[in-house]
Amino acid sequence: MTTAPATAEPIKCDRPPELKVVGMSKHFGSLVALDNVSMTLKPGTFHALLGENGAGKSTLVKCIMGFYTPTAGEVLIDDQPAKIVNPRDAHHYGIGMVYQHFTSVPAMTVAENLVLSRYDRTNLINWKREMEALEAFMQSSPFQVPLDLPIAQLAAGQKQKLEILKQLYLHSRILILDEPTSVLTPGEADEVLGLLREQVTAGQLSVLLISHKFREVMAFVDEVTILRKGKFAGHGLVKDLTVADMSEMMMGEKKEPTPVHKIIQEQTKPVLEVRNLHANKDNGVEAVKGVNLTVHSGEIVGIAGISGNGQREFVEVLAGQREATSGEVLVNGEPYGATRAEMYKHKVFALPEEPLRNACVPHMSVAENMALRTFDRPPQAKGFILVWRAIRDMASGLIKQFAVKTPSPETPVGNLSGGNVQRTVLARELSADHIELLIAANPCFGLDFNAVDFIHTQIVNARNRGVAVLLVSEDLDELLKLSDRIIVISDGQFVYESAIANADFAAIGRSMAGH
Amino acid sequence: MISGQNWRRTLESFVIPFGAILVGLLFFGVFCALVGANPVGVYASIWKAAFGTWSTFQNTLIRAAPLMLSSLCTALPAQLGLVIIGNEGALVMGGLGAIITGLVFSFGSVLPAPEQIAAPLMTPPIVVQLAMAIAGIVVGGVWIAIAGALRHYRGVNETISSLLLNYIAIALLNHLVGGPIRDPGSLNKPSSFALPEVNMLGDIPGTRVHWGLLFGLVASVIAYVLIRRTTFGFAARTAGGNIRAARIAGLPVGKLTLMICFLGGACAGLAGMVEVAAVQASANESLNVGYGYGGILVAFAARQNPLAAIFISLLVGGILASGGILQRTHNLPDATVLVFQGIIFLVVLYSDSLYGRFKFFRETPVYEVPPAPPTSTAAPTV
Repeated sequence: MTTAPATAEPIKCDRPPELKVVGMSKHFGSLVALDNVSMTLKPGTFHALLGENGAGKSTLVKCIMGFYTPTAGEVLIDDQPAKIVNPRDAHHYGIGMVYQHFTSVPAMTVAENLVLSRYDRTNLINWKREMEALEAFMQSSPFQVPLDLPIAQLAAGQKQKLEILKQLYLHSRILILDEPTSVLTPGEADEVLGLLREQVTAGQLSVLLISHKFREVMAFVDEVTILRKGKFAGHGLVKDLTVADMSEMMMGEKKEPTPVHKIIQEQTKPVLEVRNLHANKDNGVEAVKGVNLTVHSGEIVGIAGISGNGQREFVEVLAGQREATSGEVLVNGEPYGATRAEMYKHKVFALPEEPLRNACVPHMSVAENMALRTFDRPPQAKGFILVWRAIRDMASGLIKQFAVKTPSPETPVGNLSGGNVQRTVLARELSADHIELLIAANPCFGLDFNAVDFIHTQIVNARNRGVAVLLVSEDLDELLKLSDRIIVISDGQFVYESAIANADFAAIGRSMAGH
Repeated sequence: MISGQNWRRTLESFVIPFGAILVGLLFFGVFCALVGANPVGVYASIWKAAFGTWSTFQNTLIRAAPLMLSSLCTALPAQLGLVIIGNEGALVMGGLGAIITGLVFSFGSVLPAPEQIAAPLMTPPIVVQLAMAIAGIVVGGVWIAIAGALRHYRGVNETISSLLLNYIAIALLNHLVGGPIRDPGSLNKPSSFALPEVNMLGDIPGTRVHWGLLFGLVASVIAYVLIRRTTFGFAARTAGGNIRAARIAGLPVGKLTLMICFLGGACAGLAGMVEVAAVQASANESLNVGYGYGGILVAFAARQNPLAAIFISLLVGGILASGGILQRTHNLPDATVLVFQGIIFLVVLYSDSLYGRFKFFRETPVYEVPPAPPTSTAAPTV
């Protein structure tokens, strides 16, 4: 990035330019990802790009940013054809993008990452001057992130804020946000979008937002463009449209989320008991500060909280990925240390967040990944010899049952799309004949409407069969929909607990914010 | 597992390494031309010296045997994502363990008096050899398990620790054969006492090739079966591919680390035993002539696959066996074979980055693009 040509300096102007996309198409081999799409982002507007997963939203913005060379079509900036072949060119026109996945260097500090993101040719960095400039920038920016913290120690919400700050720091006038709020709590999302909205209203910025969430669209957005299966499917001003109109354009029909049918459980017994559990973060700072919890059979206990308040470490302890510093975990009344034998005995399963990182071996095949829980038991093993036929047969069945799209059971799971990786893990964790305890963390992160619906139904079905479910999520709507009981975690402690029927929305919000 | 869908991937895993070796040969030819030798003549000489006749091929086999064993010291831990390069040290330690055990079982002492040498114990040779093999396996295994334990319990980088363990092992060898277990009769080349001829590992009947070759072949096949066909191998590959996924599945990562390091070290230790019991008869500096480091090359060139390592060992063994003839007939320095070996190693490592880059080898999806789902009962699409 230090070798940028002089022309990479952004055109400094106060008013965001107009961005026009004309007849954009992108083909990948025989697959048409984007088919003759046009749209206009007027200066100083908040524009949303709506569509299901695979509708072509990301492809469109990657063509705008110069990541992909479009098969046809062009980008006009203030009605002048713009030649954008890489993100540096896009930067030149004042266009900046915030990605779905974080792009900061984990081992470096916030300040270092901000300086690194600049496109200028700097061989020597005057840190004293840079820090002064950065502090001044932080003061004036809509939200703050501590400059001297390494990225690895930031919570997801803070990382997302940093990604947006980076673009403001680079003087981008057109901001493209790819599902920026999927890692944020509703409160955080409202805060971030609200502050961006103020900048847009003040004429400082244009925003193009890729989103699934109608709530955000209704609250903050001026105009929407809707894509379906790579084609233009509609456009309009938000004030003229209803949610039903937009979802119809997105899905091609009206669709209500499948209501969940909960069976009232008669006899329940405690399955998971946690007593005074403490655990540390990677850096040795205490993250979980003495929590107590009981989850009964046939019950979904939801844990709400702003990311970075200890819920990740809590789940990691229960899933066996982290050692507790003190405290006790009991399953069915017996001490539980997350060993394989205990998992098998007590039928404990887990749906961790980021399945490719937490629950799959990317270069191993779909079949092998599906066998991760069962490979050492008959019929998949005779003694310590693997029975490949049984492993493949089970995988073929699960691939059909859970509609996993894969070329073959032997394909490395890392080659599948995110949603299909998720399905592979779901198939493995939810297909067992008997489950007693399910630990789920943000199971629907980054998935589209249909997939979310599918997973929610599966979780509720498990509960109705008598499974004890612990659901940790940053999506409050999801928790309110699924949970029987809701608990709020803040700063490593449980600060609120209520049966879902009596839950006080305002109190939950206050507890999450730490009040 | 060749099925209708993935034969292209199988083909790819043959074409790329062999293509790399061809390119390596080309580069080596350029090197030969630069130092004034005729490349084609050099190729011919190498071929003749390595694989030309049954007689010369036996030289290759003798060199390939320890390479097969020592390559497993890198290839096995690699399944768990560990990069172990302590092959040389484990080989030396295995050889030391074997010679000490062998002398004790043969004479009752590592420093036998002349009368003890004149009248060795009547232990059956097979018992002595078995004891030596066990000693080599255990000492070599423990040696690499140290690197595994440092890695698991203290987070020490296993590549560096296993490399440093090589120096310790070689220093220990030099110290022992230079003093505590030195045969006073070894003047220019300090050595331990020699094993009695009767307790040496003999040759495979009808050949000049010692039984160590069989050890190497059997160990490679066992290692392959262990990795591909057993629950242990599956668990190790899982932990190697993604330790977080392994933990969620409750796999005992620490135990796996120690076990696979022990097994890897055990193979290199057995190579040391073979060198002592079949070639050298005693322990001396000839134990560390590079079969350990050569094993690293073999393991990487074979992409950590023990069966492929058999063939790469033959290739590298052949290159090593042709050193003398290059010196004699082409007036090339002895180290030329090391240049050749180095070029092949670099090219093969580079070729690793080519997997998946050729369209021809791509898997063709077998599913059809699903038609538009019916409206209300749509199957979830992701």
